[in-house]
Amino acid sequence: MAGQMVEIRWHARGGQGAKTAAMFLAEAVLEKGKYGQGFPEYGPERRGAPMRGYTRIAAEPIRRHCMIERPGIVIVLDPTLLDSPAAGVIAGTDSNTVFIVNTTETPASIGAKIGIKGADVYTVDATGIALDAIGRPIPNMPMIGALLAVDELMTVDELKSALVGLLGSKFSQAVIEGNLAAVERANKELVSA
Amino acid sequence: MEQKLVALSGNEAVAYAFKQARPHVAAAFPITPQTEMMHKYAEFVANGESTTEMILVESEHSAMSAAVGSAAAGARTFTATSSAGFALMWEIVYVAASLRLPICMALVNRALSGNINIHCDHSDSMGGRDAGWIHLFSENAQEAYDNGVMSWRIAEHGDVRLPTMVNYDGFIISHTADALHMLPDEAAYDFIGKYQHKYSLLDVENPVTVGPLDLTDYYFEHKTSQLAACARAPEIVQAVSDEYGELTGRHYSFAEEYKLDDAEMVIVVLGSSAGTCKDVIDEYREKGVKAGMLKIRMFRPFPNAYIAKILAGRKAVAVLDRSASFGGFGGPVFTEVRSAMYGQNVPVHDYIYGLGGRDFDLSQVATVIDNLQNVASGGELEDVNLLGVRL
Repeated sequence: MAGQMVEIRWHARGGQGAKTAAMFLAEAVLEKGKYGQGFPEYGPERRGAPMRGYTRIAAEPIRRHCMIERPGIVIVLDPTLLDSPAAGVIAGTDSNTVFIVNTTETPASIGAKIGIKGADVYTVDATGIALDAIGRPIPNMPMIGALLAVDELMTVDELKSALVGLLGSKFSQAVIEGNLAAVERANKELVSA
Repeated sequence: MEQKLVALSGNEAVAYAFKQARPHVAAAFPITPQTEMMHKYAEFVANGESTTEMILVESEHSAMSAAVGSAAAGARTFTATSSAGFALMWEIVYVAASLRLPICMALVNRALSGNINIHCDHSDSMGGRDAGWIHLFSENAQEAYDNGVMSWRIAEHGDVRLPTMVNYDGFIISHTADALHMLPDEAAYDFIGKYQHKYSLLDVENPVTVGPLDLTDYYFEHKTSQLAACARAPEIVQAVSDEYGELTGRHYSFAEEYKLDDAEMVIVVLGSSAGTCKDVIDEYREKGVKAGMLKIRMFRPFPNAYIAKILAGRKAVAVLDRSASFGGFGGPVFTEVRSAMYGQNVPVHDYIYGLGGRDFDLSQVATVIDNLQNVASGGELEDVNLLGVRL
């Protein structure tokens, strides 16, 4: 079972919505007949502090309840975390790991910072897209859009429909529309090395 | 029964399970990681999905006191807490059981202070293991929900009438989005049934006295009736679980037996760690290692005879304790299991692990199975070991 399981580790700063994204993705894959498990790592929670989130996706119910030590996919919402060894972005990664980084820099330049030989590095300006489309620098949902360009966990339309379900009761139509547009754009604008 | 597949945190799942019983009263005080559960419940009340009267008290001691008053008045009542909150309830936790009040409680397991720590271990519930409650443990959000629904039937059964606590691991279950099947509200309520109180303080036609002074003349007899209720409880837990299994297709007993049929070596564990054990046991099974797991669901009353029978004839048993008994001989689960195995020639060893939420990872399970293999082939091991800690 471990072989088929997708394990994603999220690196972000408090307030960027990584917790929401990690848990939402676990919920969204249910519609695809898959099982999801999503959880953040809780510490002293405060806006701006480095934090990690985790999402597991599998065809079978997920039984293990430990942290993800060897992620297949690492999603970085704040590229300055790459400069902080304490954030542990590269911990447990190797040439098979896929990195998706929210940045205006190129995959080559980010890849050099990550320094894992052979790892696939993708970049997308999710914060810029979020500012444009939503009006707020919340890159979490665009990063899921970008993820779908790398791993077809579901279609972008399926993601958008799940997103309406998540945001529908809490946010204005403008915020919802903005998120949908941002997801679509990030999916198209992801850059590979 | 058709059941919706949903993704919820453990806290949300238990909030639904309790709501589906249509309780009359909930009394609680917020503490991490329980807060989100009562937050969700308050949302049900605020938006009209539940008519439960919420009593927002100023401490957990008051929460349990209000729950006792409410249950004695004849209302279906629940509360929820964690860690220090449970410790502060202490005095009244015993009163609830002594008065035979069928209160249900979500105990979202968290370490006790100090130092202050918000993460999971079982030292909170283990501190209350002799208080006379029924303790059910859950591996994931599904089991937390299922135990939540079943807890009402167990607690309120005429042969039991004991408060029942649903334990689930703080953060690891309470704050993890997980897939689970939920009964429709009507079906859950049909299963739980309308509450029929036995004695009510508000029934002025049939006055009763609750909690009077009880000295050398009768106290011992009352404790004896409590002991008898505990002895009757397992049969009811099984009957309720069987009925729930027929309804939902999810079958429960005193414990879950994982790959035990031919297992020579067995890990005994409670809570979320069981799932992690299963994954590693499967890896060892592929290599031909006959390892299995016994996940205790009902820790109180402790299913002594069942444990003795299921572990009989095994070559080695490892007990995992997510709490320490300071000054005692091993953790609380070990003490019970070894005692149950008295007179049998089966080596039983203990591991204290995961205190304060220390991650219980795959390599720790592998260490335990490696040691089990060593013990099974005659190797030596300390009675009580520490797992996953820097020494």
